[in-house]
Amino acid sequence: MNIAVLVKQTPDTAELPKVTVAEAQSGELQATMVINPWDEFAVEEAIDLSDRFGCETIAVSMGREGETDALKHALAMGVDSAVHVDERVVDGGDEWATAEALAAAVKKVDTGEEVELVLAGKMSVDGNSSVIYAGVACKLGWDLLVNVTRIVDIVDGKLIAEQVFEGGQETVEVPLPVVISVAKEINEPRYPSFMGIRKASRASIPTLGRDDLEIRPSCTTRWTDLNKPEPEDVQVRIFDGASVEEKVNQLADALMAEKVI
Amino acid sequence: MAILVWIEMSDGQAVSNCWELLARAKELGGELGADAAALLIGSGTGEAAKQAFAYGADRVLVADAPTLEHFRLQPFAAVAEQAVERTAAIAFLANASIRGGVLAATVACRRSAGIAANATDLKVEEGRLVASRTIYSGNIHAEIQFESPLAVASVRPRSFPMPAPGDATGTVEDLNANPNENEVRQKITEFRAADAGEVSLTDAHIIVSGGRGVAEDPPKGFELVGELASTLGAALGASRAAVDAGYIPYKHQVGQTGKTVRPDLYIACGISGAIQHLAGMGNSKIIVAINRDPDAPIFQRAKYGIVDDLFKTVPALTAEFSKRLK
Ligand SMILES: Cc1cc2nc3c(=O)[nH]c(=O)nc-3n(C[C@H](O)[C@H](O)[C@H](O)COP(=O)(O)OP(=O)(O)OC[C@H]3O[C@@H](n4cnc5c(N)ncnc54)[C@H](O)[C@@H]3O)c2cc1C
Ligand SMILES: Nc1ncnc2c1ncn2[C@@H]1O[C@H](COP(=O)(O)O)[C@@H](O)[C@H]1O
Repeated sequence: MNIAVLVKQTPDTAELPKVTVAEAQSGELQATMVINPWDEFAVEEAIDLSDRFGCETIAVSMGREGETDALKHALAMGVDSAVHVDERVVDGGDEWATAEALAAAVKKVDTGEEVELVLAGKMSVDGNSSVIYAGVACKLGWDLLVNVTRIVDIVDGKLIAEQVFEGGQETVEVPLPVVISVAKEINEPRYPSFMGIRKASRASIPTLGRDDLEIRPSCTTRWTDLNKPEPEDVQVRIFDGASVEEKVNQLADALMAEKVI
Repeated sequence: MAILVWIEMSDGQAVSNCWELLARAKELGGELGADAAALLIGSGTGEAAKQAFAYGADRVLVADAPTLEHFRLQPFAAVAEQAVERTAAIAFLANASIRGGVLAATVACRRSAGIAANATDLKVEEGRLVASRTIYSGNIHAEIQFESPLAVASVRPRSFPMPAPGDATGTVEDLNANPNENEVRQKITEFRAADAGEVSLTDAHIIVSGGRGVAEDPPKGFELVGELASTLGAALGASRAAVDAGYIPYKHQVGQTGKTVRPDLYIACGISGAIQHLAGMGNSKIIVAINRDPDAPIFQRAKYGIVDDLFKTVPALTAEFSKRLK
């Protein structure tokens, strides 16, 4: 059993507010690009599992030409290899096109041992959809577990995991192969070591392009009217007073008048 | 023709924010000449089915079987697809909960349908459904038009007003689903329901949150913040700094890597207002900040503020509201 981990290269979260409509449309961002923070948990889990169960790990990322910093980060953390998927294979298609390309890449990279587990983050901080892994599972025809907080065991071709949702928590058992999106509670992502960073900088990262992946990109939605919601220019009202009680009294008056309490 | 709304069941009961969505489906259906159809999947759905009629469903489809007691994607998605076909649905809507999101995505992908994930609005334009949502963590807004015959959306809780139930009744349509347990690959071996009685962050009208500002005495700080929350019937939130420091469990975290919320009132106590925190609560209707530092960035987004020590302000506020709400 080998493990593929899906990582996306996304803007540094502190720079998200600076993203302009034009940048969002063209995909050419000025922002510093890093590994999607949610995906660090997936990478860490892949490395942990490879230590526990002795399997190989490969990071897969689709992005613009040469966009490999997220993959290098995953390599520096300790995944065994990485492959980049050129975004042009989906030709401006929708989420399902991306999912199909990633699924095809997962199939392509399993040389020798088969990939039987795909790990993904919870959400991308730019796309904010939490749908890509569902699409990947669907295109591969595999089972899917989401918001997984612990992988308890992998035994006899079955994976046992704990997953959390709004109404509670459950332990679930599922036969491999399976796609899993991980929650933040699952682990503490490690910082890349100095050795890891050196190794990653020397690693060669192959790219899969149109000639390697045969997909028919779907296009089921049209995105229009992109705009930047300007935060309402609220002028804050600070309540002054000689005592805390005086201030609190005015605030309570204001909130009662707003009818929110 | 129908707009099909999945009514999520949790602990034997319908998740109430699904009624907001059903009421909206009814309005949209009126404009499009489509029925508002509710889909219930579970074991013991009788009460929820009655509620669905009361909240305005024109049709109520039910898949009720012991094997469907817990959410498992494979059988649930199969039932949802069956319901989409049976009602000739032009739209399939789910609440943007963890399960609603993954069910919507799976149904959409399997039917080659377009998806608007985490949508915040749905409307009809030129006879077609259009969804609104944001990307880049709330920093870019977009409208989504569907090119596929079926439109799928997962919709954030509290995007539409909560309707009042009427007295309508009706006859449910049984989908006669009864998946064979041997064919369901996922087995749930243990199940623990979440703490009952706690107000959920995503459904809350009011949220009171605490941050690193409680650092002088974290247990006391969160006790005070918690008391204000329970006095107001509010959910309890926190910043990541507070969660990372171990003052409060992660499930309370609001923000980029926590929950996205939009209550009517958000009271931030000892929270500076970092971009990643604002990403999760910036769309709250009214933001109140209690912070010792008049230059804290949170005051740029807040409507009301008190510049003072939270250890004094929060209990005073609790006392004041206890008096007024008696
Ligand atoms: C990738 C990434 C994701 C992140 N995701 C999130 C997220 O989901 N949610 C989140 O919240 N953050 C997130 N952060 C962290 C974020 O950048 C901030 O570090 C965090 O929000 C700060 O929390 P805070 O406001 O409680 O703490 P601080 O910034 O330390 O602010 C504490 C505030 O309390 C005030 N204060 C101190 N003592 C008192 C007192 N006695 N009375 C009144 N006021 C007092 C101070 O003036 C200060 O303004 C993320 C960061 C990154 C890099
Ligand atoms: N372009 C991509 N390349 C690799 N993985 C991706 C890509 N887009 C999304 N993913 C994975 O899918 C998860 C959910 O992304 P999203 O559906 O965009 O919120 C991410 O956390 C990644 O693990």
